[in-house]
Amino acid sequence: MIFFWAFVVGGLICVIGQIMLDVFKLTPAHMTTTLVVVGAILGGLELYDPLIDFAGAGATVPITSFGNALVRGALAEAERSGLVGVLTGIFEVTSAGISAAIIFGFLMALLFRSKG
Amino acid sequence: MRQGRTWLFPTRPHIAASAAVGGPMEAQGPLARDFDVLHEDFWLGQDSFEKAEQKLLEEACEKAIEKAGMKKEDIDVFLAGDLLNQIITSNFTARALAVPYLGLFSACATSMEGLALAALLVDAGKAKRVLTGVASHNAASERQYRYPTEYGAQKPPTAQWTVTGAGAAVVVEGHAPGTGVHITAATVGRVVDMGIQDPFNMGAAMAPAAVETIETHFRDLRLAGDHYDLILTGDLARVGHRICVDLLAERGLAIPRDRMADCGLMIYREDQPVFAGGSGAASSGTVFYGHILREMVRGNLRRVLMVATGALLSPVSYQQKESIPCIAHAVAVERVDPA
Repeated sequence: MIFFWAFVVGGLICVIGQIMLDVFKLTPAHMTTTLVVVGAILGGLELYDPLIDFAGAGATVPITSFGNALVRGALAEAERSGLVGVLTGIFEVTSAGISAAIIFGFLMALLFRSKG
Repeated sequence: MRQGRTWLFPTRPHIAASAAVGGPMEAQGPLARDFDVLHEDFWLGQDSFEKAEQKLLEEACEKAIEKAGMKKEDIDVFLAGDLLNQIITSNFTARALAVPYLGLFSACATSMEGLALAALLVDAGKAKRVLTGVASHNAASERQYRYPTEYGAQKPPTAQWTVTGAGAAVVVEGHAPGTGVHITAATVGRVVDMGIQDPFNMGAAMAPAAVETIETHFRDLRLAGDHYDLILTGDLARVGHRICVDLLAERGLAIPRDRMADCGLMIYREDQPVFAGGSGAASSGTVFYGHILREMVRGNLRRVLMVATGALLSPVSYQQKESIPCIAHAVAVERVDPA
């Protein structure tokens, strides 16, 4: 059943993104950042983790999950070390993803012509 | 000589020769056999797309001069334009040609701006041999007008595919040998802006400009709707072509539907991944200077009205959410059988 809900929830998030592009004529960058911010707000309201429990990868794979992870990291660190933790914790959960993007991006740029 | 807004050329300037150069997508299209040079390499062996575009224009110019039996020194004036900032493709090609040069910009309508002015210069006796050409390169246009090519942004089905290619022609005085195709008239377009802001729906934005120019041309010359064997628009593609045909019918201009076509729809097969069809300065440039002129020489077409359509937007105007002003220039050509 988790596969079904992952498909439905993940798909719905993508449908929202597609509507933002096609109907509201947002640029791809605006659409992506809006979804990140929405994920962050939902994370702050503690609504995103229940969605992950319900839909699994359907909620963790879309970019909204990145917004949620930023806020979760910041809040967790803030609890441990106060206000400064908001700054130090923001990339705590997401550091693996961001570091991987930088490192693999660098390696690919060495191997291939990265500019069109 | 002028009739209404339309220029008439009593000396009937003659297209001595023309040439079309295309890229890999154009080589897979239905008009491949009417290109003079086709490239399998999207880069044309160059290290940037901009240099590739310049090579396209250089080749088209060289080929047209060669087919006219001339040398580049024989050219009195070179008229050219393209879509890149400050028309660098044309400027750099003119550097290599080293003949008097006038740079033009009417976006994708530049092809017929060039041909109309070439005919005017020859008709007025200011030049004997005028070379005119246009070029566009898909990837060079993509990254200037839309998104970086490596970004991979989605496009809606109304978007169009910029033609990779170049077209050029040598226009000479009426009696010289050549293709037998003469330039009889030209209607310079007015800028028409219907308030469309979507650069992924340029066909719809440009269609009213094409209609304005076609209507003016027919009214000025008091022509019947079936005067031309073919009325060809430059790059309206699927969406814009339909709007253009419908608008003309609505205005009561009885042009038979089978005599209206669009270069952007002709240059690619239906199953090629080009969204609504082709666009770019080379859309009308390659189809007219390659396919259409050959069809006229073959005897399949006698009178053609080529209406090149252009969207006069810039990346800055689009980012500042301005609407897209559009223009269409029409040139009438006619094959005269040798007496």
